[in-house]
Amino acid sequence: MKKDRKNGSPGTAARRRTILLGQILFGVLLFGLWEFCSGRFFKEFWISRPSLIARRIYELALNGKLWYHLGATLQEIMIGLIAGMAIGVLLAILLAYSGVIQHWIGPYILALFSLPKASLAPLFVVWLGIGLASKVAMVILMVVFVVFYNIYEGIQNIDPDLDSMIRSFRGNWRKKLKWVIFPSLYSLVLNSLRISIGNATIGAVISEMVGSSHGIGYYITYSSSILDTTGTFAGLFIIMAVALILGGFVSLIEKKILHKS
Amino acid sequence: MSRPKLEIRDLCVTYDNGTTRNDILKHVNLTVPDGAFISVIGPSGCGKSTLLKAISGLIPISSGEVLIDGKPIDGVPDKVSYVFQNDALLPWKSVLDNIRLPLDLKGLPKSEQKAEALRLVKLVNLSGFENYPIQRLSGGMRKRVALARAFAYDPDIYLMDEPFGPLDAQTRVVIGEEFTRIWEKLGKSVIFVTHDIEESIVLSDRVVVMDQSRGRILEEFPVELSRPRPYYLSRFEPRFKALQRAIWQSLSAQEEFNI
Repeated sequence: MKKDRKNGSPGTAARRRTILLGQILFGVLLFGLWEFCSGRFFKEFWISRPSLIARRIYELALNGKLWYHLGATLQEIMIGLIAGMAIGVLLAILLAYSGVIQHWIGPYILALFSLPKASLAPLFVVWLGIGLASKVAMVILMVVFVVFYNIYEGIQNIDPDLDSMIRSFRGNWRKKLKWVIFPSLYSLVLNSLRISIGNATIGAVISEMVGSSHGIGYYITYSSSILDTTGTFAGLFIIMAVALILGGFVSLIEKKILHKS
Repeated sequence: MSRPKLEIRDLCVTYDNGTTRNDILKHVNLTVPDGAFISVIGPSGCGKSTLLKAISGLIPISSGEVLIDGKPIDGVPDKVSYVFQNDALLPWKSVLDNIRLPLDLKGLPKSEQKAEALRLVKLVNLSGFENYPIQRLSGGMRKRVALARAFAYDPDIYLMDEPFGPLDAQTRVVIGEEFTRIWEKLGKSVIFVTHDIEESIVLSDRVVVMDQSRGRILEEFPVELSRPRPYYLSRFEPRFKALQRAIWQSLSAQEEFNI
């Protein structure tokens, strides 16, 4: 009964162990190769090396700089993510049930969506300064469209038979909200939150790189401006870790709340 | 003679999108006595499903009347359960929640909803699966949930739109047999849409053949097999075979009959 499995998805415990082992081995191989090539085939100056990067991150953690920059970036991500999600979800629900209005506004939203958002980062700095506000605005911009489209399409894709079914049992719109719309939004919101984490992180870092005095993005630009490749890589790895940990956290909630096996 | 449970008088349904007019149903007349099992058979696109949707009030009627207990329907009538072809179950909800949905819509207290839903879970042989989400059930089990939900509403008329269509042949027989067994105890009216001649005969008291393209009823065949019938073995009786042949001829005599 439980199997319902798609191609290549992990099944038994043994299979899951094999996959985990393979993932670890692949990582070891990749970093080993990097470590080995550095200083032999390529100058260490250009590509740094994993052991140096690890040491740098450790040092940053010890002298407190890691927490200083990470704290700033996380704050931007969190505020922007929550605000962006809220705006995106609200906009999607309003527009999905707005009748003809969605057709008036739709093309404009699509046009905005297709903008290269990174190019707006300097504009936000001009408008909102180099503080928190311009970073949060950038994160919101990165998040809001993806959330909007995900939820909007999700609502459009709710099986029309479910609507007929509720009507055939003489249910009113409140019952329809309770039984059909809210439960389907539930999984859609969690799903868009998961995809948005990467975008939010990118938004925060880009914005910091354009103009700021702290944050992981600032540390990356600062490091590369003084040709410190180890510092640049350290910043990149910290960002990756942030995205992975936040993403894993949401997946965990998803698994707990929805009956996904 | 008592008043028929359902009476359809001169029913027309027309879709008009401004530029083209499309007559789906044209002057359909049908009488369903209380407790009768009527099958409607016909090729795809003949308006069978539209007929059910019109009776259930899900789509507007262009002209004519649908009377339940002698009263014309206005909107979605009470006492009618619709069983959808693709089940229309809530995939993220449990078996129990799906079955108690109509009871919640009726406003029953939660404890009663649960007790009744549990009784129905047993009735459709799903004990042990109460808390399974629909996503994890097989097609046959989903069908059982959909039937249990229809029973939960406790209607006078069941409208069934090719409910066993998506099932494999064997599951189809098993579910059909179980449904007949439950229905024989309930004694409520059923209008059952199908494109399977054998299924229509074995289930029904009367088989109604619809016209391919004109959206009207072509012929009606009473099924004079005694009940309870052996669900599968009935098909080997001579009377069954004769009826099957007659219905097949009625269907295939239609000029534009091509599936």
